[in-house]
Amino acid sequence: MSHQSTYEPKTGIEKWLDARLPIVRLGWDSFVDFPTPRNLNYWYTFGGILAVFLVIQILTGVVLAMHYVPHIDYAFDSVERIRRDVNYGWLIQAMHANGASFFFVAVYLHMFRGLYYGSYKAPREMLWIIGVVIYLLMMAAAFMGYVLPWGQMSYWGAMVITNLVGALPVVGEGIREWLWGGFSVGNATLNRFFSLHYLIPFLIAGLVILHIWALHVPGNNNPTGVEVKGKGDTLPFHPYYTVKDGFAIVAFLMIFAAFVFYLPNALGHADNFIEANPLATPAHIVPEWYFLPFYAILRAVTFDIGPISAKLGGVLAMFGAIGVLFVLPWLDGSKVKSMRYRPVAKWFFLIFVIACFGLGWCGAELPDNQVLGTPLQFVTLSQILTAYYFAYFLVILPVLGFIEKPKERPASIEASVLGDQPAAAQ
Amino acid sequence: MKRFITALAALAAVSAPALAAEGEAHAPEPHDWSWEGPFGQFDDAELQRGFLVYQQVCASCHGLDQLSFRNLGQPGGPFELIPDPEHEGEYLSWANPNDNPVVMAIAGEYMIMDGPDDAGDMFERAGVPADRFPNPFANPQQAAASNGGAIPPDLSVIVKARAGGAEYLRSLLLGYSDEIPYDVELLPGQHYNEYFPGGVLAMAAPLSDGIVSYPDGSPETVEQYAHDVTAFLAWAAEPHMENRKRMGLAVIIFLLIFAGLLWLAYRQVWSNVKH
Repeated sequence: MSHQSTYEPKTGIEKWLDARLPIVRLGWDSFVDFPTPRNLNYWYTFGGILAVFLVIQILTGVVLAMHYVPHIDYAFDSVERIRRDVNYGWLIQAMHANGASFFFVAVYLHMFRGLYYGSYKAPREMLWIIGVVIYLLMMAAAFMGYVLPWGQMSYWGAMVITNLVGALPVVGEGIREWLWGGFSVGNATLNRFFSLHYLIPFLIAGLVILHIWALHVPGNNNPTGVEVKGKGDTLPFHPYYTVKDGFAIVAFLMIFAAFVFYLPNALGHADNFIEANPLATPAHIVPEWYFLPFYAILRAVTFDIGPISAKLGGVLAMFGAIGVLFVLPWLDGSKVKSMRYRPVAKWFFLIFVIACFGLGWCGAELPDNQVLGTPLQFVTLSQILTAYYFAYFLVILPVLGFIEKPKERPASIEASVLGDQPAAAQ
Repeated sequence: MKRFITALAALAAVSAPALAAEGEAHAPEPHDWSWEGPFGQFDDAELQRGFLVYQQVCASCHGLDQLSFRNLGQPGGPFELIPDPEHEGEYLSWANPNDNPVVMAIAGEYMIMDGPDDAGDMFERAGVPADRFPNPFANPQQAAASNGGAIPPDLSVIVKARAGGAEYLRSLLLGYSDEIPYDVELLPGQHYNEYFPGGVLAMAAPLSDGIVSYPDGSPETVEQYAHDVTAFLAWAAEPHMENRKRMGLAVIIFLLIFAGLLWLAYRQVWSNVKH
């Protein structure tokens, strides 16, 4: 860890352990004494919230796996049996299904926070990249998890997404069959998705440890984007941020509980209560809400680009939308981290957030539908928004790095907190 | 926090169209249900009448595969509480729904295929509460053959499996009409219902006045039948709903108090530092 350890073993057993495995010291330095910028706002609580949700998902998931049957003939009935006959199965299943949605709510807010305050910039590039890998794994876990109940949307969602791989030239068809374990989405597919769905959360847990490690080397970014310069800039993590994160976690859990107990199926789709039927395609295949922006980007490419077919172009755009996040630290050339002091970038960021929500809206609608009765079709809107999504990363941020004139930044975190008051007045 | 809630509201607005989607068909008629809202519970009398409608009308074509007879007597089920014949106004209940005499009697009306026995033969016996509701057809092929090629869907989760839920189901049951739009052509065995996506379905109007007699003197009208059987199927789709809402209230109150205490602790801890 980057700061001097202040842990002092007091009892004999603590000294004995500290000389052999300083795990208590690690915990003390990471979560008790860790110097944390004193000006973190509530946008900085989503990391803690995400950790709680990872634990909720793993605990409920382990219990569900005890009762779930990964076989195409029994999967649908076994999930319904969990809801009906397993003790508190209705609760555990609802927590797991809604937990996935709230996991994504938290991760999106966490990512928007990082984008706004420039948390991806040096020296936090590794922290950001590990975060994007975690996000990718979350999407894989959520996608495979949604297939497990083996409802109509499970089956047809799996069909649509795995078929995308088939768009790759030469190797696509081979990879698709390899993913399926056959010539269609079937029992082999369901079995491997179940196996991987159980594996991925533990990969995520491992990456979360790396994520926290990469956080604790440079320390937290903060709303000013000005790095910590002295002791006056920070507070120990405990009790200041344990209590603040704690409050945010419980407040977030309250909204989660409102969904689990009062709207358990509101975020799902009615068609997924119909058992998968390979012979009946649903009228309108839609993914879960958290994939809708990427679904819109996929469908926005309706034209061939040279040798690249529209289908392959859509697939490349969809994966590119996440891929671009990996190189973001090197695309944004501005030395100023926080958008508080970037008068122009701030507005482009706001439009970016609106574009993301707009893409989500487009993903939920049929491409040929008209936007609010205007002549504009959703496919056109999603093309405009997709263009903006990529332009934000590939054009706007790089160019602004050169031409934007940032506002004056505070000399230090302490100065920004205390304003003109002399430090003694603290 | 305020900004966060705004963000969440915006998210709900974005995801709503995905959930509401489909379209085409006539939107279901709004209807008041006893189980709506955070405190809404099922009405036992309604569920009991709805079960009669299911048993005497729907069950000839539609299965209820996810349910066992014992579910009828479990907490929150239609026959959990039985009027005490010896004490006016009091109710009897059974810790184990398999011991509930009303449920045992209902199960006993059914013949269940069991076996093979020691000689290797299948045999029929009277049902017990642990048995599942028998499906009216031996297999999907038989179901299709008996219904002009359309397999009658299982009704266990039908209320959750249709956009519009209970209101859609009730509207569908009441939505049969002789006035068929000029551009709709019906083949033999097809029927028109404006609430059904596409408008054309294989099921004929299943309900008619007086088709089921109610022992409790409720009106024996199509309107009442549709309401009752929808209530029963809403319960069948989610038999633990009452427990879910009760526990939810306790959890939310607990979290509110917990959040309040944490907020006070937060104010106390941060009171001596500028931030």
